[in-house]
Amino acid sequence: MAFEYAPAPESRAIVDIAPSYGLFIDGEFVESSGGDLNKTVSPATEEVLSEYAQGNAEDVDRAVRAARKAFEKWSALPGSERAKYLFRIARIIQERSRELAVLETLDNGKPIKETRDVDLPLVAAHFFYYAGWADKLAHAGFGADPKPLGVAGQVVPWNFPLLMLAWKIAPALATGNTVVLKPAETTPLSALFFADICRQAGLPKGVVNIVTGDGRTGAALVAHPDINKVAFTGSTAVGKEIAKTVAGTRKKLTLELGGKGANIVFDDAPIDQAVEGIVNGIFFNQGQVCCAGSRLLVQESIQDELLASLKRRLSTLRLGDPLDKNTDIGAINSEEQLTRITSLVERGESEGAERWSPACELPSSGYWFAPTLFTNVTQAHTIARDEIFGPVLSVLTFRTPDEAVAKANNTQYGLSAGIWTEKGSRILAVANKLRAGVVWSNTFNKFDPTSPFGGYKESGFGREGGRHGLEAYLDV
Amino acid sequence: MSDRLSVFKTYKLYVGGKFPRSESGRVYEVTDSKGKWLANAPLSSRKDARDAVVAARKAFGGWSGATAYNRGQVLYRVAEMLEGRKGQFVHEVADAEGLSKSKAAAQVEATIDRWVWYAGWTDKIAQVVGGGNPVAGPYFNLSSPEPTGVVAVLAPQESSFLGLVSVLAPVIATGNTAVVVASEKSPLPALSLGEVLATSDVPGGVVNILSGRTAEIAAPLAAHQDVNAIDLAGADDVLAKELEIAAADNLKRVLRPQPVDDWTATPGTDRMTAFLEMKTVWHPTGSLGASGSAY
Repeated sequence: MAFEYAPAPESRAIVDIAPSYGLFIDGEFVESSGGDLNKTVSPATEEVLSEYAQGNAEDVDRAVRAARKAFEKWSALPGSERAKYLFRIARIIQERSRELAVLETLDNGKPIKETRDVDLPLVAAHFFYYAGWADKLAHAGFGADPKPLGVAGQVVPWNFPLLMLAWKIAPALATGNTVVLKPAETTPLSALFFADICRQAGLPKGVVNIVTGDGRTGAALVAHPDINKVAFTGSTAVGKEIAKTVAGTRKKLTLELGGKGANIVFDDAPIDQAVEGIVNGIFFNQGQVCCAGSRLLVQESIQDELLASLKRRLSTLRLGDPLDKNTDIGAINSEEQLTRITSLVERGESEGAERWSPACELPSSGYWFAPTLFTNVTQAHTIARDEIFGPVLSVLTFRTPDEAVAKANNTQYGLSAGIWTEKGSRILAVANKLRAGVVWSNTFNKFDPTSPFGGYKESGFGREGGRHGLEAYLDV
Repeated sequence: MSDRLSVFKTYKLYVGGKFPRSESGRVYEVTDSKGKWLANAPLSSRKDARDAVVAARKAFGGWSGATAYNRGQVLYRVAEMLEGRKGQFVHEVADAEGLSKSKAAAQVEATIDRWVWYAGWTDKIAQVVGGGNPVAGPYFNLSSPEPTGVVAVLAPQESSFLGLVSVLAPVIATGNTAVVVASEKSPLPALSLGEVLATSDVPGGVVNILSGRTAEIAAPLAAHQDVNAIDLAGADDVLAKELEIAAADNLKRVLRPQPVDDWTATPGTDRMTAFLEMKTVWHPTGSLGASGSAY
């Protein structure tokens, strides 16, 4: 007999969401000069969580001016003092991590299991890591006395709202820059909570400014003449627009953009481990991950065995209430994203690929998409070329390692790839030939603040994390 | 004794290891600093630029896959060949830049020394900018630099030889292949460098040299979908902005024009790292913790 799971919901009482939020500029919450408000909803229930300000160009200007003013003192602080502020922030994040995990799950729709065990520990770890760099910059390999750039304009996406904030703000502050950050339109709340953490940490005012709003706000920030650095994580299309906007200026630019990661499984791979890796590669965060392993390249001889195993495993995934600690698959972040996934999946079917999903009941409200597998996919299919950014896996086959490499590299992107094989020399040979910034062998979707992350080709340029991540914020 | 009539040299492009004329059949007059005729240099077309990219792409696999030691040997061989032809380059640089013989000689010597400097970098840059990352988990995690691919290089306009080599050598030292647009006004030292490269064990296609109008040749290179990066050293502000916008279309790596006061100063590593990608490879190590072995 099969045992049913009992619901194990995390309490949301730990989070106190205000009905409305302003912009965080120069150390305090202020209203937008335009007075426009947007609503942010819980993707799992469509419940309105809060209202937040739609920042306009004037607000952006105010924030940049605050950051510029703060830059003088912040950059002049001894690195050891800046380090202590970052250590404080890291500690406060650890103290408040349960609250932030619940908040992030409410606003983003991802399972509490992931916010609790992945997002928040990594957020704290990033601040700890870069805190330690603040007083050691002379040893980072960028010269004896590398200087900060000035004011950084940072735009982050909705898939990892707080983690992407940490990736951007921690190295910027460690190197002595001040920041104006725009969180995503659908997930502004954790950044606004972060503003409160800055307050608790006693961070000097103006060092961190949060301006919420939609794409227009981001465009105003990127185009502002008085910022020295632009850091963006998001779609390749927007990344290209930003690259054009900063052309001919001295603004330094780093871009973390889309991906179409290939997860390559050779015939000698341990099947059960590979299946776990494939599931983690594409269904982690509902597949809304730029480095997701969205193309499964499986050696032809083991295709049947692997697919049977994979389908069996997918049938055990639990989709539903993101706040339930047993939930594996949460909600899609927004109605807009759900529409995009749905239309690409329909395209996949109409182009002749074979669609499969496990029996899966979707909740009646909220934005949901069942884990989906496509077989009979060729390289010409849209679902094998376009980034879907959802829980949709395309399965392709290959016969030889060379063919696997050629297919894996046959994409405009170059962010991530996976290799599954028992043979060490094959791992190294294939990893060498893959044009991707991160290659996971016999594992997938692992992140760490000490480890640089970023793409080749149209997945963007620059690296975040590690010693390499400092470069984006220094005059080198 | 009658004056001997000298033999003029027909300057040609260097593409894919061969010396073609421009497919357009066009040339333009190159003069010395006083306006005296020196040669008719090929006036490259957009098609020449595209051909050069094809050659550079074809050469990329072999060159990037060569060992760093081998690349260092090949680069050093270039310096050896340059040393032997120093006289020729002193003459060309003196004409091109209006320098005295001794000043031109100093430029050429500095240029040769620069090749030697970069030859020594090929097998060190990975150790300097890459390395193991101490991740918080049982993983082996290594970051190594890799060449970004085909790099379009707009050589500096004023420093016809030292400037040229200072922007070209770092690109190929790290395993990229290059399409170089020579100084528009003073292309002759660059075209002669092609002859040196052809006899220096540098595989054909690794360096391709075009002469002509910088703006005309650079436009298709900046827009080319199979060019991975562009060094705008030889572009003025207006052209640089235009090219940077075009380069955004496939997110080329762009090195903006950097002010260089003194080309003889020892460069840093920036010109190498600008055209490197960092690849990070993860692998489980298993763990030997108190709870037992997991490998």
